[in-house]
Amino acid sequence: MTALLDSIGYSGWVLHTLIWMPILGIGLVLWADEQRAKYVAFWWSAVVLILSLGLWWAFDPTVGGIQMESATPWIKSWGVSYALGIDGISLFMVMLTTFSASISILASFNYIQNRQRPFYALMLMLEAGVVGVFLATDLFLFYVFFELTLVPMYFIVGIWGGARRIYAAIKFFLYTALGSLLMLVGILYLVYRAKTLLGAPTFAYAELLQVPLSGTEQLWLFGAFALAFSVKIPVFPLHTWLPDAHVEAPTSGSVILAAVLLKIGTYGFLRFLLPLFPVAAQHPVVVNTMLVLAVIGIIYTACVAAVQSDAKKLVAYTSVAHMGFVVLGIFALNVNGLQGGLVVMISHGISTGALFLLLGMLSERRHTREIEEFGGIARVAPWFATAFVVTALASIGLPGTSGFVGEFLVLLGAFEDHKGLALTATLGVILSAYYMLPMVQRIFFNPLEKQENREIRDLSKREIVILAPLCALMIWIGWNPTPLLERMEPSVRAVIERVEGATIEARARVEDEVNEGQIVDDGQE
Amino acid sequence: MHTALVEGGQATVDTAAQFEPFFPGLIILLPLIGFLINGALALKHARVSAAAVRLGGELDLGEGDHRPETHTLPSYVGPGVMLAAFLIASVNFIRMLSVELHEPHVIEYWTWIATGTFTVDAAIQLDQLSILMTMIVTGVGFLIHVFSVGYMSDDGGYPRYFSYLNLFIFFMLVLVMGASYPLMFVGWEGVGLCSYLLIGFWFSDREKSDAGKKAFIVNRIGDFGFLIAMFLLFGMFGTLDFVPLFSEADNLEYGGSLVTAVTLFLFLGAAGKSAQIPLYVWLPDAMAGPTPVSALIHAATMVTAGVYLVVRSSVLYALSPIASATVAGVGVFTALFAATIALKQNDIKKVLAYSTVSQLGYMFLGVGVGAYATGIFHLITHAFFKALLFLGAGAVIHSMHRSLHRTNDHQDPQDMRNMGGLKAFMPITWGTMWVATFAIAGIWPFAGFFSKDEIIWQTAAFGGAARAPYPALYQVYWVIALGTAILTAFYMTRMMVMTFHGSNRTGVEEAKHLYEAPPVMWLPLMALAVLSVVGGWINVPEALRETFIGLGPLTSEWLHRWLEPVTEQAHHIQEFNLGEVAEQAPFGGGEVTWAVISTVLALATVLTSFHLVIRKNVRAAAEDPELSGFSKVLYHKWYVDEVYDRLIVQPLIRTSRFCWRVIDARVIDGIVNGVGWAARGVGFIVSMFQTGTVNTYALVLTIGALIILGVSVF
Amino acid sequence: MINEALVLSSLLFVLGTFGVLVRRNAIIMFLCIELQLNAVNLAFIAFSRLMGIDGQVFVFFVMTVAAAEAAVGLAIIISVFRHYETVNVDNFKLLRW
Repeated sequence: MTALLDSIGYSGWVLHTLIWMPILGIGLVLWADEQRAKYVAFWWSAVVLILSLGLWWAFDPTVGGIQMESATPWIKSWGVSYALGIDGISLFMVMLTTFSASISILASFNYIQNRQRPFYALMLMLEAGVVGVFLATDLFLFYVFFELTLVPMYFIVGIWGGARRIYAAIKFFLYTALGSLLMLVGILYLVYRAKTLLGAPTFAYAELLQVPLSGTEQLWLFGAFALAFSVKIPVFPLHTWLPDAHVEAPTSGSVILAAVLLKIGTYGFLRFLLPLFPVAAQHPVVVNTMLVLAVIGIIYTACVAAVQSDAKKLVAYTSVAHMGFVVLGIFALNVNGLQGGLVVMISHGISTGALFLLLGMLSERRHTREIEEFGGIARVAPWFATAFVVTALASIGLPGTSGFVGEFLVLLGAFEDHKGLALTATLGVILSAYYMLPMVQRIFFNPLEKQENREIRDLSKREIVILAPLCALMIWIGWNPTPLLERMEPSVRAVIERVEGATIEARARVEDEVNEGQIVDDGQE
Repeated sequence: MHTALVEGGQATVDTAAQFEPFFPGLIILLPLIGFLINGALALKHARVSAAAVRLGGELDLGEGDHRPETHTLPSYVGPGVMLAAFLIASVNFIRMLSVELHEPHVIEYWTWIATGTFTVDAAIQLDQLSILMTMIVTGVGFLIHVFSVGYMSDDGGYPRYFSYLNLFIFFMLVLVMGASYPLMFVGWEGVGLCSYLLIGFWFSDREKSDAGKKAFIVNRIGDFGFLIAMFLLFGMFGTLDFVPLFSEADNLEYGGSLVTAVTLFLFLGAAGKSAQIPLYVWLPDAMAGPTPVSALIHAATMVTAGVYLVVRSSVLYALSPIASATVAGVGVFTALFAATIALKQNDIKKVLAYSTVSQLGYMFLGVGVGAYATGIFHLITHAFFKALLFLGAGAVIHSMHRSLHRTNDHQDPQDMRNMGGLKAFMPITWGTMWVATFAIAGIWPFAGFFSKDEIIWQTAAFGGAARAPYPALYQVYWVIALGTAILTAFYMTRMMVMTFHGSNRTGVEEAKHLYEAPPVMWLPLMALAVLSVVGGWINVPEALRETFIGLGPLTSEWLHRWLEPVTEQAHHIQEFNLGEVAEQAPFGGGEVTWAVISTVLALATVLTSFHLVIRKNVRAAAEDPELSGFSKVLYHKWYVDEVYDRLIVQPLIRTSRFCWRVIDARVIDGIVNGVGWAARGVGFIVSMFQTGTVNTYALVLTIGALIILGVSVF
Repeated sequence: MINEALVLSSLLFVLGTFGVLVRRNAIIMFLCIELQLNAVNLAFIAFSRLMGIDGQVFVFFVMTVAAAEAAVGLAIIISVFRHYETVNVDNFKLLRW
């Protein structure tokens, strides 16, 4: 496989293709018939997915840094370039994006009945934007893509959403835009510092890494970046946009939102926050704040989820809890925690995405999301129930599914230095059963009382095609996560080493300063 | 001291013949294959019956031999894979018998999870303990699968039932054969899942569905403890594989706080799975599942996983006297507590459920006093006689259910007050169940006598050890254990009498439809009855063997010697720190004396209670008056469920609602929306300045320009 | 020489400003704005004698813009007149909040 990919120069063009193909697809979709747009969009995104699969082999798992790099100057006077690259952290995010984009386009075939062309065009735009976020190695480019993802999502929620779609869309947009503006300021400050150091401004990630920053500067910049990413993740208490956006968004919007858009936040932590501001990232106040917020998020949102009457809102809240695990893993600041966090990101993308798909299919059939309206559906839709139970179990982290591997590693990592917090977070394991099982029971088990429920159809062929790969992935990752783990390990290790290196460096610097001070003092005497 | 021993052990291994496993992976794989076949069939079948439900009806299964095709394959595949797995396990067992295996034989298949600092393989561990558990799981499992073929034959979810059952066995085997804590945890939660699915097998019934959910959630509380223990262990040893972990454990300080924390957290897990105080509440509710499931999961195998866990971690428990005392204490109090509840239950399965909780308590008492092999011994004998009791109850319920169904009677087929005099209709069931009752009551020479008596004896002996940590405590344990044995004999006899003896209370018409279970159901009963008699003979202590109650050459102290490689490390730690165990019970008397006393007591209890209950006028459920006083408290299980509901469940729900409606909706969203409103309000005020009159704008502009000019000039 | 030109320029500018502020007729206001522009033009030209050609270049720009502005402005005023049949600016309050 590797040889085949090499012979077509795969790693030279694939990253660009993954961004520009969907953008090209926008034109195709708009040009197609209203009725055919969905097929064009699906097959186009499927081609992108297939192209992205090659990354699995083309990616060199031994390299910790960014690979397949390419950079073309874009705005020379500002030092902006069109620079792409991939490493073990973004690899899976990119594949997750192309995968969930195809899946969610396929899942909208019935759901989206009006204004199909613009819908699919926006989906492709979203795909391009998110892939761009994960691939950009230039902070300007990253910011452009980061903001680009907002626009299509805003319209997807605002146009094809439910009853309170406008409120949800605006809330989503304002929350995120507010955070990201501060990040822009942070980026500009960083570039300004780079200019004073290097003589010319640069937005290149690799060069910005070299900019030495004092502790105070790091803390401020960390705050600016962290706010933008924390809104995206979302970290408690910045999470209230998420349930609204999820509930109002059409199924495919929810899937993309849960599967990849939230990951932009945690990806940002791993890619930018930790490496760029290593001193701030391990400042005890920062670490403890983030960990405490993560743990509150896990426990609090699990409790809130348990008392929801709207199934989609319930799952939306569980998303916050899962992302809390990711943050917990990241700020454990060790290999286990970070790798676990990445696995939770992947696993959450698959399982929560699948849950949203299933709930979407359910509300397509019954036109309601109220849990109380259902009951006993397993009798008339056994395949549906099976898929749902498998997904729910993966979501609550049953061993043998992807959810367990991630949560286990995160907690293992967090337990090393933060026993009390990790112990509290582990309570989330109990709470996950407390919110998920009652929902499963009230929808699929219990007596089949309502006539409307008796008429619910089981999964159609298209729906099986959508769900089968998701379920297979959940179980496959659960039993054999090593191929994933070994691909991400060098990159994760590089992040950790950078963070830890900063401590040594900082300590050395402080010692130097002290020594110099003494020398000066001596001299004066 | 220990290092020397380990080296000595290795030396003997080198000289002895090597143990060669015989396709051990297949033991695990076969039930999985069975699950996949049955599962595929179940999915296929489910669509057909779903179509029928959608039309408003039920799928007609046909009667007797005219079953649809979906019944044929699972009937062979389900028990078939179990038999094959049992045979392979037996081959491995025999091979292990012929060699001296001191170190566990670990077989690695693939790297399961590997990060930079943490690695765990998908590996199985074959040693004396795991192979024994495997034999029990597959052997008893096979018999119960066979029984199920008869029991479930009328059920629409037949293939689904067998797929769950096979999946359960798969996870149970992962649990007992896994070579590391995480892998054990996979099995641990996996069996919990299957238990959930099987308790709620008839999911259209809200109560049954609730019971399944309750089991899963309560088990998860235990799993929380298991997880924490794993994290602590990883912090201490940097590995979670059994072999390196236990060999490192020798270096730990005796009674250290870390090892105590680990063992207590592990015990929380064990208490969840094995239904001990305070997490026992799920097991009685779990009786909502099909009765063979209760026999397999909630009596013979899954619920004993906690005992297995403690024995597997015996090295750690031996290092922590506090944890051991806790295990024993929780065990013995659970035994007493559950036995008191069992006295007043009328549902035949509820009696057995509480009896199981009680017997599990005995096992924990055993492992808590360092008698690890004895705990496993009771686990094995209990697997035999309790599976038999449950299957017998299943046969009774099956018969009752049919009879009530055919006569359109809506009485509860599980209520013993509606039974009575079934001896005449179901002689085989009656006979085999009495065997099991003698066994559980601890009457010589049935299996339970040897295992239970040894636990009681070991409690006394441990409390009397030279440097025993809390001697008075263990004396209390010993007295409670003895007392509970008498209660056990009483409630079991009560159950047998109410079910099989006295006058028939089913009603005249119903009685015509009562008959013995088919051979596919009574054959497993017979097999288990034999095991319930001879099962105890594998491990008769030396002291008893020298007297007449040891049955001479028929019996041996085999199990103790067999498990020696697994438990010796723990025993050495214990002996080193506590000294030799005592030879005498607290009130004098040796092992033999007390064995005789206890069997005489048990026999006397059985005889008296037989006469007491048979003379009592039991009335059918519909006519039975409400209980009052202490009986009512026992009947309502000490109101523990109600207390939990008030103290834990309701507050949790209330807190959750508060978080949602107040913190989320009011506070956080209040701030968010407040910011929005503030922006609007400011905008509204500022917009007042936009009069729309061009002249005003011009005037303001001019004044502004003049001010700027003025400022810049002066 | 320069002083006289600047005095004239300021007089014209103040006159124009005053006109814009006090008159209500849109056409008159418009003319006053033109007056202001031309006052500035005068100042530019006057300064260009001292400081070089740049001022005159600017005047050309201003004239161009003024011409464009006249075209657009008058068109707007005409369409407003068609609607309201008056060019009194007090009526032009559509852009209010």
